[in-house]
Amino acid sequence: MALTQHDIDAEIAAEREAYEQRVAAGAPVEHHPARGYAPYRSSVLRHPKQPPVNIDVTKDPELVELSSPAWGERDITEIDNDLTRQHHGEPIGERITVEGRLLDRDGRPVRGQLIEIWQANSAGRYAHRREQHDAPLDPNFTGAGRTLTDGDGFYRFTTIQPGPYPWRNHTNAWRPAHIHFSVFGRSFTQRLVTQMYFPNDPLFPYDPILQSVTDDAARQRLVATYDHGLSVPEFSLGYRWDIVLDGPSATWTEEGR
Amino acid sequence: MTKIDPSRPGTVLPTPSHTVGPFYGYALPFPGGAEVAPVGHADTVTVHGHVYDGEGAPLPDALVEIWGPAPDGSMPTATGSMRRDPASGGFAGRNGLEFTGFGRIPTDADGHWVVRTLRPGARGVNAPYLAVCVFARGLLTHLFTRVYLPGDDAALAADPVLRQVAEDRRRTLIAVEQSPATYRFDIRLQGEDETVFLEFP
Repeated sequence: MALTQHDIDAEIAAEREAYEQRVAAGAPVEHHPARGYAPYRSSVLRHPKQPPVNIDVTKDPELVELSSPAWGERDITEIDNDLTRQHHGEPIGERITVEGRLLDRDGRPVRGQLIEIWQANSAGRYAHRREQHDAPLDPNFTGAGRTLTDGDGFYRFTTIQPGPYPWRNHTNAWRPAHIHFSVFGRSFTQRLVTQMYFPNDPLFPYDPILQSVTDDAARQRLVATYDHGLSVPEFSLGYRWDIVLDGPSATWTEEGR
Repeated sequence: MTKIDPSRPGTVLPTPSHTVGPFYGYALPFPGGAEVAPVGHADTVTVHGHVYDGEGAPLPDALVEIWGPAPDGSMPTATGSMRRDPASGGFAGRNGLEFTGFGRIPTDADGHWVVRTLRPGARGVNAPYLAVCVFARGLLTHLFTRVYLPGDDAALAADPVLRQVAEDRRRTLIAVEQSPATYRFDIRLQGEDETVFLEFP
């Protein structure tokens, strides 16, 4: 029998209650989703059940994971961060500017690192062959971009407000509008792939992917802030979204970077 | 709140992870992503395998990233893994000469991935290994593991991470040599022979 939104809502509520009880009993705050999160059905067979092996990076400066691939100007072109200029015509939709700062968990800016994004078009359709949603493709929008963070850790993209879209987790499942982000840090341990959402989306409570982050404050950190100061007159609306990389970063790998 | 104030360290908390989803395929993979070794390099090794779910089904929508040292154990500092072509706006790829150490390989329709890179050298007390990061639809937070290459039993026996792993699971981290310089390394996300995954708290 097909799952309904009601079924998923009940599972989301149960997961949240279980989390609140864990925290009340003294368990640490969980900043990341549990890999096994039943309301997101695809996670069920794709998460390990054995506990991970924890590695204390402070014991060994030689760990491969304490360094990270290097990126430079030849890995991007000048307009890779403008997703509205990749075709001959203008894409359809509301132009937006997304800006933020890449920080490590000590609040230090992370410079010269690669940020890649991809997203649906304004109608909620990805330029991907396996996409089954029958919303229109936009011949002037692919929806993929990249940039390097600057000397203060800032990044900036110009793009189109993505649309929400249906998916097949359960009957009448819809993803809130989002932009996918892939981010590198100074250490491979800081690698992050995530999604940025837009403020006040009514789909938030129904989406098992966003709700997989069961901690309220952590979930809020995935939602950009409308920032009028970033809006470009006569051109685009501005959103601010700072990113904080988790995972240890060894200061000794910074030399020469 | 998504404007972070670095002057208040207590408010600097990590951005949560999310799944890579099903549609990264036109954004993240790049031409030459699997060809990490400089063209014709004598120390080239081929590492390949499947990614499987808890029922043993291969994942056609996983993404494997590898990061490894040069044969002398040094960590690469060359940029240029995904050089862009300013004329076409597309990818120019690696230049075939420099070793960047980074590979990114989407699994194919059979859930299979292949990377050609340089044989990693040992660093410090560690046996030689490639660092691996796995992403997939359905995987809410990426997973780290390592590919250790077989051959030097003493080095493997002395490796600090392998020593932390129960004897019967250690082999999930050690590739199998199929022919000289070709190694198989399957990644099992769950179930029987589940791969050992690593965290760096």
